[in-house]
Amino acid sequence: MSFDVPDDLRYLESHEWVRVSGDTAEVGITAFAQDELGDVVFVELPEAGAELTAGEDFGVVESIKAVSDVYAPVSGTVTAVNDRLRDEPELLNEDPFGDGWMLEVEIADESDDLLSPDAYRDQIE
Amino acid sequence: MTLRAPPLSAVHQRSDASFTDFGGWEMPVEFESIRTEHEAVRSEAGKFDVSHMGQITVSGPDAATLTQRLTTNDVTVLDPGEAQYGAITDEDGIMLDDTVVYRLPEGAADEFLFIPNAGHDGEMTERWLSERDERGIDATVTNRTEEYAMIAVQGPDAPDLLAAETDVSLAALSRFEVADGAVAGVDSLIARTGYTGERGFEILCPPDEAEAVWGALECQPCGLGARDTLRLEMGFLLSGQEFHPVDEPRTPYEAGIGWTVKLDTEFVGRDALEGVAADGPEEKLIGIELIDRGVPRHGYDVTTPDGEPIGHITSGTMSPTLGAPIALAYVPTAYAQPDESVRVVVRGEPKKARTRSTPFLDR
Repeated sequence: MSFDVPDDLRYLESHEWVRVSGDTAEVGITAFAQDELGDVVFVELPEAGAELTAGEDFGVVESIKAVSDVYAPVSGTVTAVNDRLRDEPELLNEDPFGDGWMLEVEIADESDDLLSPDAYRDQIE
Repeated sequence: MTLRAPPLSAVHQRSDASFTDFGGWEMPVEFESIRTEHEAVRSEAGKFDVSHMGQITVSGPDAATLTQRLTTNDVTVLDPGEAQYGAITDEDGIMLDDTVVYRLPEGAADEFLFIPNAGHDGEMTERWLSERDERGIDATVTNRTEEYAMIAVQGPDAPDLLAAETDVSLAALSRFEVADGAVAGVDSLIARTGYTGERGFEILCPPDEAEAVWGALECQPCGLGARDTLRLEMGFLLSGQEFHPVDEPRTPYEAGIGWTVKLDTEFVGRDALEGVAADGPEEKLIGIELIDRGVPRHGYDVTTPDGEPIGHITSGTMSPTLGAPIALAYVPTAYAQPDESVRVVVRGEPKKARTRSTPFLDR
């Protein structure tokens, strides 16, 4: 099975993606991650204003069968949270790179461990 | 250690199922998605490969005597073609296993067949044999786990689906009854039993013909993931979760299946259980529903609203049918009635919850 790995994003080994635009980043989990987890039933995210540290966990995604921490690809301040995930956690399964986005962050610093799309493809193949 | 593979393993591989080690067996855990499979069983029908369950036959003049000695229920009430649920306890009344005991239909070669949980077949065969030898009981005990495939078909459409493939009159087969018959031309035992709360059947057939039975039952294939969420909605016990002789030593009274204990029969553990029945268990298994957001999981602590620890979750999930977080937990008897306010500690944070009677679903 091959998974969508958009070319305009960068990735963490732990299966988060980041879309950087200027000094703002959008963050979510990858198609591969949601498939591994199975049916997502619960998402716990920080509030707007929270500070993230690159490489550290910032939330939790739970599927019917598993609990998984999610890690920050960037350091910075959370400026927006996808509140739809509270009532529709299945958006992470249905559209992980779109409607299933998790956070918007004002970037202070990026993780040193960000992977290119090709490097991430190599990891999950 | 090499995992045991069910006879339908190659079929599941072709279906692109994902697999898990369950009781030493490599079993399909998910075919499409747990939610899809769960919903198929609640609304239409689903089929499960449950060949990891053990099969042990007990025959001979004293087969009933031996089985009676080792199970808590009263097997002497079974007529040919009837089955019952029971527990297998040690001298202290602690559950080693739970099982369905079938008294096989007239004409079958063996008188009793019982179904221990996955990976327990060797231990339970040994237990029956040593009890037989110690007491000089005239019975033959045979572990036939490798000689049977077992397929469950469950859901509101299951009777119609199976009826189209068998000559057995399913309408005449009551719950916990078993009949000999052909399914898709394969000689089988058909039992009106299951682990989902739905109408359904469990079919035992020769392993080399299991594919014909599996293929003939045209409905959603389901893995152990959906089996777990379905049974949890019904409050059914899972060996290793709700009871385990070392990690979760529980009597049938604590586990909520005291109704399977017949104290007027003689069985291993009877005397200990008589005491528990007289005094009442100190703790009981209860349903819990979270009011706050979160998912209760195995091992999470249960506390009073003041934070005093009172118990722990044995199984929990987000119920696909109810859309609510549900769990089973052992708590002191004082908290074991519905609508007690409690807390479940989810990753260090106490979440509001209330106790509930089970089953969670009205079935």
